[in-house]
Amino acid sequence: MMNASLMSLEIWVIVLGVVLMLADFFIAPERRRFLAYLAIATLGTLLITNLSAAATGTAFSGAFVEDTLAIFFKRFFLIAAMLVLFMSVEFSDRIAGGISEYYSLIVFALSGMLFAASANDFAMLFVSVELITITFYVLTSFQRSRLVSLEAGVKYLILGALSSAFLVFGIALVWGTTGKLNFTELAAVAAQFETNKIFLLGVLFVLVGIGFKIAAVPFQIWVPDVYQGAPTPTTAFLAVGSKAAGFVLLLRVLFTALPSVTAHWADLLIIISGITILYGNLCALPQRNLKRLLGYSSISHAGYLLLGVAALSLTGQAALLYYLAGYLFTVVAAFLVICVVMRHLDSEDISGLAGLHQRSPLLAGTMTLAMVSLAGIPPMAGFFGKFLLLKAVIQQGARNHGYYCLAFTALVGVVISLYYYFGVIRAIYWSKHPPDLSPIPLSGSVKFAACVCIAGMFWIGLFPSVVLNLATEAARALTL
Amino acid sequence: MSILTYIAGWPLVAALALVFVPRNYRVIIRGIALLATLISAVLAVKMFVQYPGAAVDADGFRFVQQVPWVESLGISYHVGVDGLNVGLILMGAIVAFAAACCSWEIKEREKEFYILLLVMSGGILGAFASLDLFMFYFLHELALVPTFIMIGVWGRGERKNYATFQITLYLSLGALIALIGLIALYVQAGANTFDIPRLTQYIAAHPLSAHAQNFIFPLLLFGFGILVSLWPFHSWAPLGYGSAPSPTSMLHAGVLKKFGLYGLIRIALPLAPQAAQSWMHVLAWLCLGNILYIGWVAMRQKDLNLLIGNSSVAHMGFIFLGIASLNLIGVTGAEFIMVAHGFLAALTFALSGYIYQKTGTLQMSELGGLCRQLRFIGTALLMAAMAGCGLPGFANFVGEVTVFFGSWTVFPLVTGLALWGALVIGAVYMTRAMRTVLHGPLPDKWAGLADATSLWRKFPYALLLASLFVFGFFPRLLTEKITPDAEKIVAMATTGTNVSALAAPQSRGRESAHYSFAENQSLLTSAATKQ
Repeated sequence: MMNASLMSLEIWVIVLGVVLMLADFFIAPERRRFLAYLAIATLGTLLITNLSAAATGTAFSGAFVEDTLAIFFKRFFLIAAMLVLFMSVEFSDRIAGGISEYYSLIVFALSGMLFAASANDFAMLFVSVELITITFYVLTSFQRSRLVSLEAGVKYLILGALSSAFLVFGIALVWGTTGKLNFTELAAVAAQFETNKIFLLGVLFVLVGIGFKIAAVPFQIWVPDVYQGAPTPTTAFLAVGSKAAGFVLLLRVLFTALPSVTAHWADLLIIISGITILYGNLCALPQRNLKRLLGYSSISHAGYLLLGVAALSLTGQAALLYYLAGYLFTVVAAFLVICVVMRHLDSEDISGLAGLHQRSPLLAGTMTLAMVSLAGIPPMAGFFGKFLLLKAVIQQGARNHGYYCLAFTALVGVVISLYYYFGVIRAIYWSKHPPDLSPIPLSGSVKFAACVCIAGMFWIGLFPSVVLNLATEAARALTL
Repeated sequence: MSILTYIAGWPLVAALALVFVPRNYRVIIRGIALLATLISAVLAVKMFVQYPGAAVDADGFRFVQQVPWVESLGISYHVGVDGLNVGLILMGAIVAFAAACCSWEIKEREKEFYILLLVMSGGILGAFASLDLFMFYFLHELALVPTFIMIGVWGRGERKNYATFQITLYLSLGALIALIGLIALYVQAGANTFDIPRLTQYIAAHPLSAHAQNFIFPLLLFGFGILVSLWPFHSWAPLGYGSAPSPTSMLHAGVLKKFGLYGLIRIALPLAPQAAQSWMHVLAWLCLGNILYIGWVAMRQKDLNLLIGNSSVAHMGFIFLGIASLNLIGVTGAEFIMVAHGFLAALTFALSGYIYQKTGTLQMSELGGLCRQLRFIGTALLMAAMAGCGLPGFANFVGEVTVFFGSWTVFPLVTGLALWGALVIGAVYMTRAMRTVLHGPLPDKWAGLADATSLWRKFPYALLLASLFVFGFFPRLLTEKITPDAEKIVAMATTGTNVSALAAPQSRGRESAHYSFAENQSLLTSAATKQ
């Protein structure tokens, strides 16, 4: 049963990617950077036209599903890609050749994420993961003249290939024992295999592969190096898009395909979530490189997001989705500032932010608000998100006391994180003897993107109802 | 819109407006900050005066306003006052205005300072007015974070950085522990609302299980306790206040700190009554740590600000003792000291800030004879010190004596020891400090010190002193408002005392006679109305 109209969004995005790539032949090199605006306009149109209709259903014999969860994530990915494209325009002078290829790779990665949002089948899951990961290998090492960028690309390639191997092996074991690839069909039979060791090993391997995408401990080892070395727009897309794609797949596998197995794995999820929070926050403490610091902070946020998974409840899943929405604007804002401010610096040391409040009040404000939101301080999006996650975890406390321990671990993590987030704010406003006080020229697109991010952080934090209702609706699509 | 929205809203709106004022318009920046806090203080006085005649809603609150915020979770913007917070809002608004007046000592980055000061004032006034558990916490957190930044940037002394990190980590931890307690309360109650009146009604009808109470109450007690510097979690306070710029210490020690106490009285006592009863004797002994041990520490201080900081921690002990007594007189007294101590702490930190600004030191060995040069400031400091010792005529005396009357029936031994701390230790360190700082020969280097001469400079100190006198001579202004609502809280907190199975193991030792509520009630009400 082929229902291609459901996939029109994905098809349009792929067409856009191809157009961008072909445009290389027809457009003069100095004008290619403006292709991003074409891409942004197209994606914006798609966001408005394609997803407002909200047709739901399945295609490819149930392998592709369009439900509220998929639509939530598709909106998320489109907004993320548009903001990252704005950032890439600003970054284009640092990419030696082929800016239009860079744009088209971002769009192809986006198409992978859109497929991931709709994946309801292990084959679809694997294909979309590979589509995302392989484009990111190229995006990571795109600054061919910079050694750190190449190094990051190689590290990501090796560890990414390893995790893909785990993923595909796990899928093979699951298929071998149950004979099912479709999540819905699998859910019907999974209960019979609850004690089958090979089946459980397969599920575990699948989780390893997804754990790599979301950067949960113990699969986080690639994060700091890759975040530091990759071009800044790539890092932003990796931190937001790739992580969110991992989470939507994790939600589908745990709660649509294997709800009966997941119900027994609360302890495992609690432990992974707690360790990820502590690891990310503790390792971020001594960092001086801003992108590396955000890399560790992104690990800790994977831990906070896992709180919502570990809670094994609708409120937990809704809290996770809400938190991701706030996280999108916050992280893009932080990387946008890094992208502009660190233009002439070799390394992204925190001291590079010195005197930023005099050089560009807008960027200083954006970065401050982003740090405040990441630290979870009202009235920004991060506070309400952490509140919802903690609430979801404590709600389960009566069933399993491990949840109380998890809530306290998260609390300790938040207190630790205040130290390094405030360190960044201090560098902006109160560093002694800033070396350079020349004003930073801002292009219109940067100003626009910064304002969008600020508005997003405030809107989600101050008027949580809208996003929370969307998130709750989306979470209802999951079985557990 | 309720007048409370304006009281908390003006400072926040002004903070937003200041963002768009260029930083070199210093007079305008200061003017906006002063105007906003003045409006909020005047409105607070108006609210306090109109309070007796205002319309009362079904839950006993006045000036109520409710706007839904997140309906699916039962969170709304809900403000209102009853006797428990009316005094706190008045005190907070007046102290915020005085703190804005005293901010002339800030000479650099004034714009950021005033923005943070206004956020702090608006946030805490909103938290006190809030009748929604989420907003209550949210607005306090909004007010708390500027404190850390202000100490880190405009603080003084060599240990500034250490003090900043200590206070940030300590208070954030306390606030988050309290947050977990509040969320657990919401979840366990199962009423799907954060609205305090609804939650109180619901829990009165369906009490929490003993297990849940025994889990939630310690979280609230110690979470809020850290915020209020309950011994032994007090060590952030003296150093933090010693390093903070004086407007920040005024607002934090005077107003922000009362949040934890208010939370204990408003939320923890009525909603987890059995656990509260079983923990009260622990609290009574801990508060002796505040009163005796910290009083003793204060005697040894060589720095005036550290001494004031320690004495402020010691005063928290009396409030905890009042809460621990769990009867009408004790809780009324605790509420009264919260207001009185707000004015007092703001006054002493403002005065020590003036002296520091003129002399550049607060080492008591270097000061002396200042009363000769600084006639107004010196006299005001002496009066503040006397208020701190609990001299009749000042509001603190009324509150402390009420607390002692209340706690005597429940904890005679603790009260006896605490009295000793209040009368002897407090008097020793305060009078000794005043002797070294204000009297004796004037060192030559201070011969040129200038006193606060203009009316404008004297105004904030005079305002705070006057408030102390007003409530010292006319305590009925406050007690009449507090008593009816304190009575409700006490009635809720002492329900189910006879259900011995619910009491935690710790409570085995106490005689149940202490809590035979009905018997005490007649005695207490007559005594309360008398004073």
